[in-house]
Amino acid sequence: MKVKMLSRNPDHYVRETKLDLQRVPRNYDPTLHPFEVPREYVRALNATKLERVFAKPFLASLDGHRDGVNCLAKHPKSLATVLSGACDGEVRIWNLTKRNCVRAIQAHEGFVRGICTRFCGSSFFTVGDDKTVKQWKMDGPGFGEEEEPLHTILGKTVYTGIDHHWKEAVFATCGQQVDIWDEQRTSPICSMTWGFDSICSVKFNPIETFLLGSCASDRNIVLYDMRQATPLKKVILDMRTNTLCWNPMEAFIFTAANEDYNLYTFDMRALDTPVMVHMDHVSAVLDVDYSPTGKEFVSASFDKSIRIFPVDKSRSREVYHTKRMQHVICVRWTSDSRYIMCGSDEMNIRLWKANASEKLGVLTSREKAAKDYNQKLKEKFQHHPHIKRISRHRHLPKSIYSQIQEQRIMKEARRRKEVNRLKHSKPGSVPIVSEKKKHIVAVVK
Amino acid sequence: MEIAPKPGKDVPPKKDKLQTKKKKPRRYWEEEITPTAAGAFPGPPRNKRNPELFPQQPKNTHTLKKSRISKKPQFLNKSRERTNPKPQQSLSGAQDPFPGPAPVPVEVAQKFRRIDRSKKLPHSKSKTRSRLEVAEAEEEEISVKAARSELLLAEEPGFLEGEDGEDTAKISQADIVEAVDIASAAKHFDLNLWQFGPYRLNYSQTGRHLAFGGRRGHVAALDWVTKRLMCEINVMEAVRDIRFLHSEALLAVAQNRWLHIYDNQGIELHCIRRCDRVTRLEFLPFHFLLTTCSETGFLTYLDVSVGKIVAALNARAGRLDVMTQNPYNAVIHLGHSNGTVSLWSPAMKEPLAKILCHRGGVRAVAVDSTGMHMATSGLDHQLKIFDLRGAYQPLSARTLPQGAGHLAFSQWGLLAAGMGDVVNIWAGQGKGSPPSLEKPYLTHRLSGHVHGLQFCPFEDVLGVGHSGGITSMLVPGAAEPNFDGLENNPYRSRKQRQEWEVKALLEKVPAELICLDPRALAEVDVISLEQEKKERIERLGYDPESKAPFQPKPKKKGRSSTANLMKRKRKVMEEEHRDKVRQSLEQQSLKKKKVAKPVGTRPSALDRFVR
Repeated sequence: MKVKMLSRNPDHYVRETKLDLQRVPRNYDPTLHPFEVPREYVRALNATKLERVFAKPFLASLDGHRDGVNCLAKHPKSLATVLSGACDGEVRIWNLTKRNCVRAIQAHEGFVRGICTRFCGSSFFTVGDDKTVKQWKMDGPGFGEEEEPLHTILGKTVYTGIDHHWKEAVFATCGQQVDIWDEQRTSPICSMTWGFDSICSVKFNPIETFLLGSCASDRNIVLYDMRQATPLKKVILDMRTNTLCWNPMEAFIFTAANEDYNLYTFDMRALDTPVMVHMDHVSAVLDVDYSPTGKEFVSASFDKSIRIFPVDKSRSREVYHTKRMQHVICVRWTSDSRYIMCGSDEMNIRLWKANASEKLGVLTSREKAAKDYNQKLKEKFQHHPHIKRISRHRHLPKSIYSQIQEQRIMKEARRRKEVNRLKHSKPGSVPIVSEKKKHIVAVVK
Repeated sequence: MEIAPKPGKDVPPKKDKLQTKKKKPRRYWEEEITPTAAGAFPGPPRNKRNPELFPQQPKNTHTLKKSRISKKPQFLNKSRERTNPKPQQSLSGAQDPFPGPAPVPVEVAQKFRRIDRSKKLPHSKSKTRSRLEVAEAEEEEISVKAARSELLLAEEPGFLEGEDGEDTAKISQADIVEAVDIASAAKHFDLNLWQFGPYRLNYSQTGRHLAFGGRRGHVAALDWVTKRLMCEINVMEAVRDIRFLHSEALLAVAQNRWLHIYDNQGIELHCIRRCDRVTRLEFLPFHFLLTTCSETGFLTYLDVSVGKIVAALNARAGRLDVMTQNPYNAVIHLGHSNGTVSLWSPAMKEPLAKILCHRGGVRAVAVDSTGMHMATSGLDHQLKIFDLRGAYQPLSARTLPQGAGHLAFSQWGLLAAGMGDVVNIWAGQGKGSPPSLEKPYLTHRLSGHVHGLQFCPFEDVLGVGHSGGITSMLVPGAAEPNFDGLENNPYRSRKQRQEWEVKALLEKVPAELICLDPRALAEVDVISLEQEKKERIERLGYDPESKAPFQPKPKKKGRSSTANLMKRKRKVMEEEHRDKVRQSLEQQSLKKKKVAKPVGTRPSALDRFVR
């Protein structure tokens, strides 16, 4: 007879002294871990609930401006520095870590229409209602010196926007035409027009740096190549586009913030159909900015909220609002992709977390592991109705909520009418126009 | 790159020939070990190699490179690996005797597979498809890693083997006790409690604690390893069944009238009057559900974490006194007096399935830990083993002289049956395989009639409650040797138990999720997906995902006349039509093949009506 009994030595399973860690032998045999899927589901549900519990995105409000904040700019080299221009012509430079104003300049008479930093971070440019373009040093004046711009260019017409080239000493302004300036000269290198209307914003492409996009009040978006004297092509939409922003990771993709409450992501090569129509705002979208990863963008709207959209989704993943925040005029995603700044009508700049439930500060390795595990679980079970409902739920102010309901009814009525028309007419005589194509009027080359 | 150094004079010509033939590029550190010095000092094993083995080498490298997972456990060709032609060599000349990642036997990795690789990936969009492929690759890697970690398991399962034809069933407990070590021998004991007789017993989840209750009201709980008594009371009422809740601190006792819950000091915490005349208790540890079946024919699920009755189901089959749980999917199996076994979940008012098992009533049911096999015994003196995976077919059956009144499966798949005052144990081929009923593995005769049976988790022990008390039997090879410290740790401290309790409560599985396939939650819900699609089409008035009609692209000037366009359009349309016809023809032929009669049947006059 040969016999062996299972006999464990307790010393191998119990810690020796109280100072040791507990011994935890593992065995990954699936029969010892039954109900793997239901347990993971419950964990995912708990993780989703906790995410909503910890969603506290608002970080700080920077006050000091004496009029509505009209434009914002990031510093290209320093994460903590932010520049803002107000409607009373004042420019302020802020320190985000200390959350205070470092410097205030009375830059223009009337609005500061646009502000942008030079790619090296040593100076910045502003344009205002007083028909001037001014270049300022980033550092404040020395003791006893007066606050004066480095250069001032007096133009003939009002400039409504400015953007600096990403690599060269060239900047572009817009107003009645798009002007491209050399920093050293007082007259533009070239000025480009297409039609006769005021252009409200101009943006350089961060990758193909000689490309520009602009949007004008006659409802069109025009693309330019800096190397040639004429514009490339334009697309005409239903309503006016307020601003556009290029995707920092994909050279040919840009997103336009439109007056018809939607945002349109276009592929520059095929302007006749937008890649995606982003709908969720209930009022005109005023500003848009991409995250540095190029996966998401943030939009500011007249409906007193900002929303975060994934590039490939038509619905927003997040909405931020507070009781005190009024019409949001400008919004920027910081260069570390973790925070969002927005400037609004009621003179404040607000700082938000880009990921509402993210824990700030240093994480221990166990916290990090738990976070990653929960993230994966949420991803795995995201389509389950119960989890989806919890993760999608957002509290909205009454004004936005009722607007959404109202617009849903309107949209439903329009849809019903279309379906009826389709049903009661000769097959093929009423074309089916997709939501994407509906808003494009024409593409001109 | 340097040229191979020229061999010295004292090198045998054979070796020289081989080396020049190979023309292997040499590095600067290899220069020292020129063949001149080869005999002088013990170099790396490369130089000591027998040159006769050289022809084998290319073949070896090939098999090694071919797959990370080899078909056989690779320790077999360890000796061959040593003769590897190009082992990775370090500067010091030492080499890794086992190069590459540790080998993983295929069978072991198979155990950890979650995806059925035999199924083909569904036809889907390229994006979805690539995501599925990534997920599959990840799963593969995970299973290999988990299989590799099996190397770290510390304990080996026990065994009992008879020498040359000796029947293990003839080996008595006394022989085993004599042969094994003291610590194991101490696990065999008898408690002579003939006064309050027949006893039901239950081990806690960790296998550390034992609770038993006698028909005449004697209830006790003890740490059976150290034999420390936790509590001992007499409830002054008949005790039908006893069961630990999620930890050893709580104890449910089915008494004559109502269900009572005691703590580990014997203090009555609750008296649950909604569960009356309870005959059997089961506890579902991951759902925190205490299930009771009663004389009144109700199956009740009590959530012990919130104290609410989740479901009370009327089985409509008279008195219920045979119940067991399937540990794989938490489905409750009830045995009835008409010979059927019904499967229940709290989410359904009706049984999930009914299996006709015996000609008489069912006396006992047990399900093994993998949830694959169910053992039943009935009044017809039969003991049957059923396959629970699909068809619920009996795998094997055996007639017992007395018929088994109690059945229990061990973690390693051993089946114990109590028949009168005898306990028989049958063993299979290992974990997950059904026990073979031909020859018993062990038998034991007790001093009284068996009234309760349970294998102790994580110990090679079978606890038997009988009319003369409690017997703890040694059954080598019954239990899982390696426990998982985060699930059920027999050696856990108080702090660890408290932490485990909090975590277990946090991930309490809702009762509604109990169904036959516990992995169903991870699968695609095709029905609601199709429903959604249908509703969307109805709402929009057209199918947004349907293929747009073919629109010919304008070609060069002169080639795009209207007639030409129409022609191209018609061409595509006709092609599509032909495809459709071809498909429908294929389907028809397939249908015909399916309908084709089984071979060997005689033609019938009614065949002409078959379409």
